[in-house]
Amino acid sequence: MASLELKNIVKRYKSHTVLDDLSLTVADGETLVLFGPSGAGKTVLLRLIAGVIDPDEGKILIGGEDMTDVDAEFRGIGMAFQNFALFPHMSAFDNIATPLEAKRSSQGAIKAGVESVAKLLKIAHVLSHKPRALSNGQKQRTALARALVGSPPLLLLDDPLRNVDAKLRFEMRLELPRLLADRGATVLYVTQDYKEAMALGDRIAVMSQGTIRQLGTPEQIYREPANIEIARLFGDPTINLLDVKPARDARGVYVGLSNVQVHLAEAPETAIGRDCIIGLRPEALHFVGENEPGAIPVTVEAETPLNEKIVTLVRTVRGREILVSRPAGTAGRDEGKAHIAVDGKSALLFDHSSGERIGAKNVVKLRNGEAA
Amino acid sequence: MEHTSLIERILRGLALTLVVIFFMFPILWIFMMSFQTNETILRIPPQLIFEPTLANYTALITGKLMTAAGTLDIAFMRNLWNSVFLSVTSVAVSLLLGVPAAYAFARHKFRGSEDIAFTLLSFKFAPALLVLLPLTLYFQKLGLANTYIGLIWVYQLICLPLILWIVRGYFEDIPADIEYAYRIGGHSWFATFRKIALPLAGPGIAAAGLLAFIFAWNNFVFALVLASADKQPVTVGALAFITSSGIQYGQISAAIVLSITPTLALALYAQRYLVEGLSLGAVKG
Repeated sequence: MASLELKNIVKRYKSHTVLDDLSLTVADGETLVLFGPSGAGKTVLLRLIAGVIDPDEGKILIGGEDMTDVDAEFRGIGMAFQNFALFPHMSAFDNIATPLEAKRSSQGAIKAGVESVAKLLKIAHVLSHKPRALSNGQKQRTALARALVGSPPLLLLDDPLRNVDAKLRFEMRLELPRLLADRGATVLYVTQDYKEAMALGDRIAVMSQGTIRQLGTPEQIYREPANIEIARLFGDPTINLLDVKPARDARGVYVGLSNVQVHLAEAPETAIGRDCIIGLRPEALHFVGENEPGAIPVTVEAETPLNEKIVTLVRTVRGREILVSRPAGTAGRDEGKAHIAVDGKSALLFDHSSGERIGAKNVVKLRNGEAA
Repeated sequence: MEHTSLIERILRGLALTLVVIFFMFPILWIFMMSFQTNETILRIPPQLIFEPTLANYTALITGKLMTAAGTLDIAFMRNLWNSVFLSVTSVAVSLLLGVPAAYAFARHKFRGSEDIAFTLLSFKFAPALLVLLPLTLYFQKLGLANTYIGLIWVYQLICLPLILWIVRGYFEDIPADIEYAYRIGGHSWFATFRKIALPLAGPGIAAAGLLAFIFAWNNFVFALVLASADKQPVTVGALAFITSSGIQYGQISAAIVLSITPTLALALYAQRYLVEGLSLGAVKG
């Protein structure tokens, strides 16, 4: 059993507060992704959990046991670093073997353990090489193998795919979830890549400026982002954001986009009459005929085919630029005048000044990280 | 193009030759003098062609100095042994104390750590002569004057700051993540120091040790004041060649050749080790 519980963690460097009263619970066997821009405090948080730096305030519980003052070597954690942090003077085999040596395993057990994890990660053929002679992909797999070899109940992975090329990252993104699930370990995974976060996480904690801004399943983060910042970070192409002032008529709440009234399903009453920003995912927009209800006239500016989807940049009559995404092979316009319609159900409304999503359940106020 | 590059090559060769001759000439001249008698050395004009003699070296090794005034006993081999013993022991003690201290200064920022490190460095700022008088008095009270232990202790002023500051830089260059990784793997901080930090800072420790050895070997003034004849290193021992019947240039030259040989050999041997440097291929640069 290795659930992880962080209680009101504070970490300061001089006057700068890196982690500000952060609390978080990760269930046994869960994979939680820490997602956020650089400088959000993700790496510092992992190091606190690993025990190589100490928090100024707060408690760290691993498997229900208070580990706040326990030295790193007694916490039973596996960790992979963004820069691999391999021991340059040891072969890949010796690198991977170090956690087993610490447990005073027999030579035979060490050899068996290293070889089985090396086979799993497909690096069995380079075990005799020094890190210098390994490719980036092999270094990364060696670092992962070293983290996994002792079968630690808690795994900390600090952006392990950051320094490997795109092809390998894609491969590992497919491989890792199965690998982690097989181990049954509790995993804390740090990344700056939203696709990685969506692919790997049972839940995602979005961090910024030392606190958790939103905690939820990948689906929740994508569909109901707590604020504009999070809405922007998740999704490719980026979400369209337009200034609007919602109003109400007989058919419900609507917003005016290029003099066309677009009715929003499930729009909160509180938004009426306020200065808002509407967030429209590119895939929530589609091309329609001129006479369809809610058709907004636009001019097509550019079209970018991206294999599985086509992204079109269009300009409204007011000169605002909008991205429209559609699956490849479906009809659309690639030049001249066109009309688009909005799927009113998936539109997101944000407060103009605070950037918080209007109607979000109290996730917005979530300073302590626990999901509402 | 071909023409200019040829001239360039010739000029460059010429310039290099001049530089080498300029810097190496004194050493070459001393080397030549060591195979000559005082008469041939002092001949005017000086001559490049002479009949080489091993008399100077025999005199040094047997310890019998033949002068116009008679035979003189000199303790050159004893001095050479003192130099080796004092330098090696001083560097060893400095490494033993300095390397762990350097690691502490590099990895643990504790209250006043910068001040302590700087104080240790400042020992090198003080003029040796200023320190020597009070030191001599204390050493006489403590019974440390004219002992190996006392000399080795004083030599720490030369070796320790050097080793501390050079090795500290090397420890700081090791990415902290590498050490964290070892600790998280389940090893104590001492095991991490021994198995990770020490091997990775190895070239730096060797370089610092070598430099400290050369400085200790070349020290003159501490040994001059604090040691009597039987504890003196070669630097002080060479004074014995200024005799009542004149300066023994041939023997001095031979003594210099013999005394720079160990440091030269050590430097040549350690060179490849020093140049190798830290190569941390495991961490993306």
